Amino acid sequence: MPITETADVVVIGTGPGGAIPGFHLAAGGAKVVFLERGPWLKTQEFTHDLQLGTYTKLVDYVQCDGVNVIAGNCVGGSSVIYYAAALRAPSFVFERHGLVGRRLWPRSITRSSMDKWYDRAEETLPVAEQTWNDVTFAGGVWASLCHRAGRTCNPVPVAVDLKQCTNCGWMLNGCRFDAKRSMLLNYLPAALAHNAEIRPLCEVQTISPASTSGYRYRVEYSTVNAADYRQMTGGGSIEAKIVILAAGTLGTPVILQRSAQFLGAMPDAVGKHFSPNGDHVTMAVLDEDKVRNVLGLQRDARTAYEAFPIGKPISSMTFDYLDEKAPEFDRFSLQQIFFPAIVNVLPEDTQPGAPSWFGLSKRELTRRWRSWINVLAMTEDGNEGVFGQPPVSGSFTRLASAASLGQITYRPTRQTLRGWKLADERTRHIVEHEGVGRFLEWSGSPNALTAHPLSSCRIGDDPALSACDDRHELRGHPGIFVTDGASVPTSLCVNPSLTIAALAERAAHLISRRAASYGVQARPDVPAPQLS
Amino acid sequence: MSESLTISRRRLLQLAGAAVAAWQVAPWADKVVAFAGNPSGSTSDAMTTTLEAFADTLIPGQKRYDADYAIAGAARGPGAVQAGAVDLMWFPEAAIGPALPTLATMLNSRAASYAGQHQKMLDPTLPPFVALSFGDRTRLLLELLDPAAQDYLVWWALAAMPFLAFHTAGHLNTVHAVRSGHPGLRWLRFPHPDHDGLWRFPHFSYRRKLAHSHPRTTSNGNPA
Repeated sequence: MPITETADVVVIGTGPGGAIPGFHLAAGGAKVVFLERGPWLKTQEFTHDLQLGTYTKLVDYVQCDGVNVIAGNCVGGSSVIYYAAALRAPSFVFERHGLVGRRLWPRSITRSSMDKWYDRAEETLPVAEQTWNDVTFAGGVWASLCHRAGRTCNPVPVAVDLKQCTNCGWMLNGCRFDAKRSMLLNYLPAALAHNAEIRPLCEVQTISPASTSGYRYRVEYSTVNAADYRQMTGGGSIEAKIVILAAGTLGTPVILQRSAQFLGAMPDAVGKHFSPNGDHVTMAVLDEDKVRNVLGLQRDARTAYEAFPIGKPISSMTFDYLDEKAPEFDRFSLQQIFFPAIVNVLPEDTQPGAPSWFGLSKRELTRRWRSWINVLAMTEDGNEGVFGQPPVSGSFTRLASAASLGQITYRPTRQTLRGWKLADERTRHIVEHEGVGRFLEWSGSPNALTAHPLSSCRIGDDPALSACDDRHELRGHPGIFVTDGASVPTSLCVNPSLTIAALAERAAHLISRRAASYGVQARPDVPAPQLS
Repeated sequence: MSESLTISRRRLLQLAGAAVAAWQVAPWADKVVAFAGNPSGSTSDAMTTTLEAFADTLIPGQKRYDADYAIAGAARGPGAVQAGAVDLMWFPEAAIGPALPTLATMLNSRAASYAGQHQKMLDPTLPPFVALSFGDRTRLLLELLDPAAQDYLVWWALAAMPFLAFHTAGHLNTVHAVRSGHPGLRWLRFPHPDHDGLWRFPHFSYRRKLAHSHPRTTSNGNPA
C-alpha cells in the first residue's frame, strides 16, 4: 500500500461546479475522488420538518458583515436545496462592465458562445418548461398582477420532473420525491458509474505541493462528525495531478487563502469581487377580496388565494426590466418566490413607525401569512464583497449545525442600491396598482440576504480583476481549476444555477482536452450521462 | 432563523463580565444565578420570566394566569411564550442555552438603567425587565435591536428565537406540532400534511394563462 494516497483528479465539492467536471473526467477514464464537507443523504432522509437539526443538517446560514448567505452543505451541494429555477442569463450580462468601466467576462464568452453549454446542462439535468397549468397559485397571482399593471410575465423553466413533483413546497429541505433534478440524480450517479469515489464529511483545509513524483498537489482534509460539524474526527490527504476546486463561493477562496503559505502567492482577486447576485427580496400581503374581484382569481368555491406555502417555490417572473438598452445597474428580473417561515422575522409590518418588524402589528400581519407573496429582484450589483482573513479551519466559523459567522464584508455602492430601489419601485407599482396588494420590505435585518453567492474567484481576461483565466485555471497555479459559483464574473439578473452548470460543462470540455498535459489520460467530449 | 446563534465568543465574554458587575448590585440577580443551567426550572424563576418577557415583547400574547408578570397581556390569543420560545432557547440544536443566564442578566441590567434614565419606578420583587410596561419593554428592545447598537447581533440572535418558535415550532417535529395544534402554526394556518406525514398539493394551480410572455422570450422560455 502506498504511503501517500493518489488520484488523477481530486474534486473539492459535489455541487454542480464539482459534479459536472468530475463526471466528465471520470467518464473519460481518469481516477476521480470527490471530497465533500457535508453529509451524503438519501432521498428518505430529506424531511418535511422545520425542527432545528433536520433541514439545518444540509443548509448553511452564514452571517457576514453586510450580507447573509444561504448555501448547501451536503453531497450535491446547493443543487439539493435550490429552488431549481433553470434560466439562461440574458445576453447583456456577458457584456457587463460593472464598476470598472471595461468588460468583466472573458472575451471568449458571450451568450451566443454559451448557448451550446446551456443546451448540454439542460439536457442532462434535465430542464422542463412550465406551462400555465404548472404555474402555482402564487405564481399565477404574480402573473396576473403583472398583467394588470401592463407588464409581461413568464412561467419559469425549472429543473424539476413535473410529473413526479407533488408541489409540496419543501424544496429547501431537499426533495423527498426525487422530482427536483439535483446532482444526486444525474451527474453524480453517472460519475459513480465510471468508478469515481465520493467521500462525504471530508472538509478540505489546504492545498499544498505534492510529494509524489508525477503529482502536482496534495489536498489535505479533515473528517467531521456527522452529528456536529464543529468536531473533527480525523483527516487525510490525497495527491492529485489536477484539482477541481468547487467548494462553493464561500469555501473556494478560503481554501486558497489558507493554501498560499504552501503554494505561494494567490492572485489578487482571490476572495474579492464577491457578488450576492444582486438579490433583493420584498413581499406583498394580498387582499383576498381583490384577488377575487379585481384579478378574477379563485382557487375553489370559497378561496381566492391563501396559498403562499403551496407548490413549487418559484413559478413565474417578469423579464420586462431586462432591457439591454437600459443603463447598467438599472436592469433586473422580478420573480415570484416562496421563503419558508424560518425567515418570518424579516418582513416589516404594515404600520408606520417603530417597531417595524416585531410587536403587535407584525403579529397581525402574520395572521395573513397565507395571503403573502415574496418577490425576488435579481439586479446588477457591483461585486462589492471582500473576504477577510480565513478561519483556522473550514469555510467560516461554525457556531451550530447551520449557523456560522463568515468573513465577507459587503458594502453595496450607490449603483447597487439604485438597482434595488428601482426594483422596489417597480414591484410596489405592480402589487399596489389596483390595491390588490400591500408592498412590504424585509426590514428585520440590515444585511442583504442571498442564496446566490458568486464571484469570489472569478474568471476573466484581466489578471488584476480575475483570479482565473478564461479556462478557469487559477493564475500562477497550473492544474487548479475553479469551476463553481466563485468563478462567475458578475451577477446574472437571473438565478445562477444553470449558468454555473453551463460554465462547468464548458470548463470540463476545456480541462479534458488538456488533461494529457497534466499527465491525466482522459478522453474529452464524452457522451452526456445516460439516465435511467 | 438560525442566525440566532451568531454570538461571538468575544462578545459573550464581554457580556459575561458586565453581567458579573450587575449581579453585585441587583437584588433579583441571585435568583438568575440559582436557576442558571436549569432549563426545567419553573416559570416563576427570574431568568425564565425575563426571557419570557423578552419573547412576549416581540410576539405578544395573552396572560396565562392572573399573576402572569412575564406576559404583558398586550394581545389576545397566543404569542411567542405559548409557542414555546423559552423551550426553543434551551433546545440543544439552537446552541444558545449556555448564554441564556448571561443574556437574561444583561437584559435586566439594561432594563434597570432604562428605568433610571426615564425615572420609572419598578416593582423590586420582579426582575427589572419584567417590571417594565409593555411599551417600555418595546422601547428598550428598539434600543437593543438598533443595528447601530454595539451589541445588536447578540440581541438579534436572541430575538430570532421567539420568531422561530412561533412561526416554525423549531423545537418540535413539524408534523407533530401541526397535528397537536401548536399555537404559532395554527395562527399562520400552516397546512396539514397527508396521513404519511408528508405534504402534497395536487391542486396547486389556477391552470389559466394569466399574462403575456415577454416578446423576446426564446423558444425554450429564457430571456434573450
